[in-house]
Amino acid sequence: MTAIAPGTVPKASPRGGAARARMLRGLLPALSLALVLIAIAWLNPRAISYFGFNLMLNLAIPIALATIAQMFVIAGNELDLSIGTFVGFVGCVTATWLRDAPLIGILVLVGSIGVYALLGALIHLRNLPSIVVTLGMSFVWQGLAILVLPKPGGKAPDWLLAIMSFKPPYIPFPILAALIIAIVVHFGLMRTSYGVILRGSGGNAAALRRAGWSLLRTKVALFALTGLFGVLSGMALIGITTSADANIGNGYTLLSIAGVILGGGEFVGGRVSPIGAVLGALTLALAASPLLTFMHIPPDWQVAANGAILIIVLAARVLISRRER
Amino acid sequence: MLQAIADIVRLDGAEKHFGAVRALNGVDFHVGAGECVGLVGHNGAGKSTLMHMVAGTLRPDGGQIAVRGNAEVSYSVARALELGIRCVFQELSLCPNLSVAENTRINHPALTGFGWRRKAADLIRAKLDEIFPDHGISADDIAGDLSIGRRQMVEVARAFTLTSEPLHLVILDEPTSSLDAHTAGQLLSFVRRFIEKGGSCILISHVLGEVLQNADRIVVMRDGKVVAADAASAFDRDRLVAAMGGAEGHQKAATEARKTEGGVLRVRARPARQQDDKELVARAGEIIGLAGLAGHGQTDLLLAIFAAASRARAGIEVTAPVALVAGDRQSDGIFAQWSIAQNIGIRSLARLRNGLLISPQREAELAEFWKQKIGIRTPDMNNNIFSLSGGNQQKALFARALGSDAEIVLMDDPMRGVDIGTKLEVYDLVREEAAKGRTFLWYTTETEELDNCDHVYVFKNGRIVANLRRDELTEEKIIQSSFGDAA
Repeated sequence: MTAIAPGTVPKASPRGGAARARMLRGLLPALSLALVLIAIAWLNPRAISYFGFNLMLNLAIPIALATIAQMFVIAGNELDLSIGTFVGFVGCVTATWLRDAPLIGILVLVGSIGVYALLGALIHLRNLPSIVVTLGMSFVWQGLAILVLPKPGGKAPDWLLAIMSFKPPYIPFPILAALIIAIVVHFGLMRTSYGVILRGSGGNAAALRRAGWSLLRTKVALFALTGLFGVLSGMALIGITTSADANIGNGYTLLSIAGVILGGGEFVGGRVSPIGAVLGALTLALAASPLLTFMHIPPDWQVAANGAILIIVLAARVLISRRER
Repeated sequence: MLQAIADIVRLDGAEKHFGAVRALNGVDFHVGAGECVGLVGHNGAGKSTLMHMVAGTLRPDGGQIAVRGNAEVSYSVARALELGIRCVFQELSLCPNLSVAENTRINHPALTGFGWRRKAADLIRAKLDEIFPDHGISADDIAGDLSIGRRQMVEVARAFTLTSEPLHLVILDEPTSSLDAHTAGQLLSFVRRFIEKGGSCILISHVLGEVLQNADRIVVMRDGKVVAADAASAFDRDRLVAAMGGAEGHQKAATEARKTEGGVLRVRARPARQQDDKELVARAGEIIGLAGLAGHGQTDLLLAIFAAASRARAGIEVTAPVALVAGDRQSDGIFAQWSIAQNIGIRSLARLRNGLLISPQREAELAEFWKQKIGIRTPDMNNNIFSLSGGNQQKALFARALGSDAEIVLMDDPMRGVDIGTKLEVYDLVREEAAKGRTFLWYTTETEELDNCDHVYVFKNGRIVANLRRDELTEEKIIQSSFGDAA
């Protein structure tokens, strides 16, 4: 008799399928990055070199940091539409006060993280939609940036320039930095015991409250982390560009959201992946890199390339999920 | 005996209002040490509200709460946990994005520092092994991937895990609603062991037999008040039902064997894993039951039939429009942001249209009709669907299916966690609609519900293993088919 052991078929298969689908989805960000790299190598083999990567991934560090910043709010089922202008504001402070009056500069930057934490508290306590609050804040940050630096200019502090032009042996600095960011955030959010609580607040907030956790605290923590990584992003950006402009970060809002989603994150449900988010940011940074211009690809097409990558990856994700259902 | 000391928890004159609705109207309630208290009543009788108070998630508007004889002024969830009072809520409260071990961590602030993941995994694995020996759940499984029954098992096991906080009283709100008979039995015998070791327990269940057999004392609630409280031995099924009220006059599914043999063929389906030539056949006017242990392919077949209605599929023939009443109503049934009326109308949009737009008036008429017909208890059908109690939400989902043009209604164990009064009302409605020619395919984990069916197909490992006519249907036969080797 070829009787199957009782219970094995319905028990094992659905979850095995779900696990396989999750693994495939987890691999998608890496696959899409590999695809973009292959395309670049095909267009210009010399780009795949120490120097080429340094050039192509020039802006990858600030984009990765901004993406991580965005990921924290998304982990709590919120969205930050002000991260771009916030990065710009931080850039302006970095290029002026942080160089001329470091103490004031540090105070302002720490204070701005505090403002983010307060926004989190406000959004939680008044039950406001984060999209509206942060959309409003985006104009506030933009205005402040213009007040700090009315005309493009300023100069990055020397120590920051030194850090950002660091040339480690063998591995290009942007790749090394991306690795460090991904590992540190992965450990903090995915492995620590409080990271579980932060993600749980996006998964099922009511369950968390019933277990006695403060949702105010988790929301404040998530927004403060967004502020922190926004500050790091702005500083890294100025370390690369050496001078600032009030509009320098405006593109980062949508870029960071795209990076999180490209990296396997979802808008609701606390499903995010720091490693995926960094990979997503690298993919987008590559597709928008100045090197492509040297390859006679007009800038308009670069933006379209970003969009195409996003649509292809999301479509692949939907297909995987549907196949496994 | 010094009653106040022996009590784990005591509420005096507890009151709670939600707007104009009085959910609790001066309730006195207590649980002693080493006692299992059964709590029964209709949906909306106030059981859940009362339990939220004991667990600290809701503040009473009036009355006092005392734990071990000490009055608690600022009672909260954190304080309840400190005092060893925990609750397994009726709505599943796992985080679907976290693993089983991570979900355990959420309930244990002490699980922290280096190596917490391993500790959490060991803790929940040991407890699952203890309660449900053959559970087949791994601590690394993501909660959202588990079936609803397994999620419930995790949740129950989690409530009994121990770290730094004491454990004196566990509230189990419908703990067996998504479990099959086998796992439900494992859970209830574990609860008995827990009581024997001096723990206390509040057991809320709509399966009256469970309460009668396992509780030491039974408290009956109706309309926000305690209407009866006595030793479990003083109750029998009839007295319980009478005390709960509202169910009088209903006879147990006294449908005479209706002659439907010659009806029009509505559904003919073979499960994907079926190897012999057994298949499910449903004709107009029939109520077909799908039985067997939970998760053995019944839901899959219903979903396949549902899909086949819009796109042809091999092995499945469907000849009329189909509607599905989901079992996991929170994730598959309800549009959480919508009103009750919108939730009912969504399956009938074509009929509610006026030109290109949906006519609010027709939507309201449809909703009002079903409010009367099925007895949805709400002041206003434009309220959010979550303003309803669980049983009434389920009624709204029935109204969605029955109010549509569907001639075939698929029911995926829709009665879990629904009180007996609502159930009896819905059974009557189902029989009435079947008499008018509708076809029902009804998957249920409760054997009693199969009495309403004309035919029962028993499933095992994704296959149909038996086809029982109404007159040959017994619980033993179903159990025999679901457990026996396909010899």
